[in-house]
Order: sequence, then structure tokens, then C-alpha cells
Amino acid sequence: MTIGEHHIVKSYDEELRKLDDALARMGGLAEAQLSAAIEALTNRDIDLAQRVMNDDGKVDACEDFINEQTVRVLALRAPVADDLRSVICALKVAGDLERVADHAANCAKRSLVISQMQPVAPMRSLARMGKLVSELLKEVLDAYLGRDAERALAVRNRDQEVDDLYSSLFREILTYMMEDPRTITVCSHLMFVAKNIERVGDHATNIAEMTYFLVTGRSLKEQRPKRDTTPFEGGTE
Amino acid sequence: MRDETQAQTPVATAKMSARGVEVHYAAKRALHGIDLDIGAGEVTALIGPSGCGKTTFLRCLNRMNDTIASARVSGSIRLDGEELYGPEGLDPVLLRMRVGMVFQKPNPFPKSIYDNVAFGPRIHGLFQSKDELDHVVHMALERAGLWHEVKDRLDQQGTGLSGGQQQRLCIARAIAVQPEVILMDEPCSALDPIATAKVEELIDELRDNFTIVIVTHSMQQAARVSQRTAFFHLGDLVEVGPTERIFTAPEHRLTQGYITGRFG
Repeated sequence: MTIGEHHIVKSYDEELRKLDDALARMGGLAEAQLSAAIEALTNRDIDLAQRVMNDDGKVDACEDFINEQTVRVLALRAPVADDLRSVICALKVAGDLERVADHAANCAKRSLVISQMQPVAPMRSLARMGKLVSELLKEVLDAYLGRDAERALAVRNRDQEVDDLYSSLFREILTYMMEDPRTITVCSHLMFVAKNIERVGDHATNIAEMTYFLVTGRSLKEQRPKRDTTPFEGGTE
Repeated sequence: MRDETQAQTPVATAKMSARGVEVHYAAKRALHGIDLDIGAGEVTALIGPSGCGKTTFLRCLNRMNDTIASARVSGSIRLDGEELYGPEGLDPVLLRMRVGMVFQKPNPFPKSIYDNVAFGPRIHGLFQSKDELDHVVHMALERAGLWHEVKDRLDQQGTGLSGGQQQRLCIARAIAVQPEVILMDEPCSALDPIATAKVEELIDELRDNFTIVIVTHSMQQAARVSQRTAFFHLGDLVEVGPTERIFTAPEHRLTQGYITGRFG
């Protein structure tokens, strides 16, 4: 007797594969939504922003499918060991991806307003942060689908770069508003966009931790140091 | 994921401990030196494909293999530090009173329900009076969760009960002699899901007073009833550990393959 790659019951493999396929599809969609939202912002492209808002439903549909498929596999197959972990992780990662797409849609929505106003300088930093987060998201999805724990850990460690960028962007926007109060409206929107993108980075971190659990069966215990200093920004000290 | 056979994760208190246990059936070696501790007050599940040696190992624990002429057992098995085998070994009859057994197919004696349960106490002379024996029988049936179903027909044949009731009668018979350890060899494989659930509930309750070792082909049953799971393959103990860990993150490739159904 040998240990194979495949289950003796072939339809079980099929059901697990469906879950992974749906996650790959959903991940690709969420990635595309985020990139398009950032592009809509930087290029002041209203049509593209509109498309991102309309397409959010596609991501939600993927999540619905994954939820149903997860319940199905749990009920009918009673998965254990790595199978159990892959089913649980699929459910949680789908939740993260749904939030990613929501943040992307929110960015797109705000870009409609932002595009009608005078361009402001912090947009450049925002675009840089958007690019970094898109990269991390892509990287972590590849790590997840490739079952690569090391690669996932590397992404998790890089979330610090996002936090640092976010903190400096926050200060930049504050300064900009103080210098020219006429930019307060557009800068407030930018502030929310920046927060949205920073949150996507956190979801990428969650997916990285799920990947580690999926591959190794162990949870990442130690806390990642948080360096988002914005909650203290503008304090009297 | 590991490939080599793994070391023990220690139990809190070992009720029984096996070291280097080998069993040969004539020239064929069925067990290749098993080291395994059975934790006191725990349910230990032995799982593995047919022919892996799990039942052979179970039968070593109360010297049931003595009844097979071609079987040779070597190595050491201790019950509370007392050696089972060898010149200083425990008397098999006394050993089997301390380590009882429940088999795959319910096998009540063709006697009344009462006499089935009273059988062990009678041959071991474990009571002073009829009242005391009545009490022993009552308590054993009560603990086996069968008392309320049979209390008005104790004089009827044990073989006339349903399969699930017969199995619980066999458990009552096993516990009537106050054993310390109960061995169960696929006790639910002939039972329907409801009777199975009742036996599993019983196993959970018996854990308070007895140490239990169960061989099962149902992985889900091992997951439901045991605190520790040991996986056997081709006469080797591949992996043993807390049941929860074995079923969420087994360390050994073979264990994972077996419990997820990728064996073939």
C-alpha cells in the first residue's frame, strides 16, 4: 500500500479542487479590482471607476459559491488533517478577499469625487502605496495557491512597509491640508482611500497567516509588530 | 511532514506500557517492536488499515494471543509496572480480570441477562451473598446504560436482546469484575448509528473509572471517543499523539494519507 496524491474517492478530489479553483478565480478578480481602482484614481478615469463598482457583485458571487461549497464538503466528506485545513482556510480567505474587493470598490467610488477636483500632490504617494499593496496581494495569493509557507511569511513581514508608507502619507496629507485649506475636501477623501488600501494590506497579512496554517498545521502565535502610528498623529505630545 | 517512524509524545500517567513488543505468527512477523504507553483514565484509539497489527497489539495487552498456538510474543508489557509476560509474568486469568475485553460481534453467553453479568463475579468469587451479587449485577448494568431497558426481564436470554443491547450487555459483563482496563475490538462495527452513539456515550462515561483501549476502523469514531490516537501500519507504530492533533495536523505523511483517504 502506498500514499498517493489523490483520494481513493475521486469525487472528493474534485470537490476540493472546485474550492481551490473558485479561490484562484476570486483572488484574480479581487486583485484586478484593486489595480483597476488605483488606476482609476491616478488616471482620473471615471468609466473605469464605474466598472470597478459594478463588478463588485462578481466577487461577492464567488464568495457565495465558496461558502456553499465549504458547507457541502464539511457536511458530506467530514474532512480531516490537511483537507480540513484547506476547507477552513478557503472559507476564511474568501472572507478576506471579499473585504479586499469592498475596499477597492470604495476607492473607486471616492475616485469619482476626487477626479472632479484639482489634482493634489499626495496622490503620488498614494499611487505608490497602492502599487505596493497590489504586489503583496498578488504575492500572497500565489503563495496560498502554491502552498508556500515561506513565501507567505515574507509577505507578512512586508506589511510593515505598508504601515510605514501609510503613516507618512497620513502626515503628508495633514500638512497639505494645513497649508491650503481649500484642499480639505479632496484630501479627506484621499485619507479614506489611503485607509482602504492600508486595510487591504492587513487582509493580505491574514491570508499569509492562513497559508502558514494551511501548510504547517500550526498557527502563527507571535504578534507582528504594528507600526501604524497614525492614531497618535496630531496629539499634543 | 515526516517520513520516519516517530518518537512518543509522553502520557501523563501510563497505566500500561509496551516496549519492543514483537509478535510472530509462525514465521511471519506481525508486530515490529512496538513502544506505546496507554494513559491512565484515557481512551486510546488504535487505527490503521487491515493487517496493520492493531488488533494483534490489543490482544497482547491481556495475553489473548496465548490462545493462538503459532503466536509468539516478545518484548515487555507492564500493567502498573507489573510484567505481563515471561517467567515473572502475571497469571493470565487474573490479568484478564484486570484487563477485560469486548469483541467486535456481541457475544453474550446463551444464558439469562442476569447470569451473563454474574458470570465473571461468580467464577472469581467476588461476592459474599446473593444480595451482594444482585447489587454487582445491577451496578454493572446501570453503568452500561442498560438497566432501565432490562430490569424487568433479567431472567430472559441475553441473546434475545437487540444487537446494540447485546453489545452493552457484553460491556456490563466486562465491567462486572471491576477491571482496570477495558480493551474493545471494533465494538460498534456490527451496530447501527444509534446503538453506536449509545456505546460511544458509554465509553465516554466509563473513562472516569477505567482505562480504555479501542481498535476501530471508523476514523470518525476514533476522533469522537478517544483522547489519544495511535496509527499502525504494516506492523509498525507510525505515529501516536493527542487525537485532536492527529486529526488536524498529523506529523507523519502515512498518517495523513490514511486518515484523509489517500491510501491505496
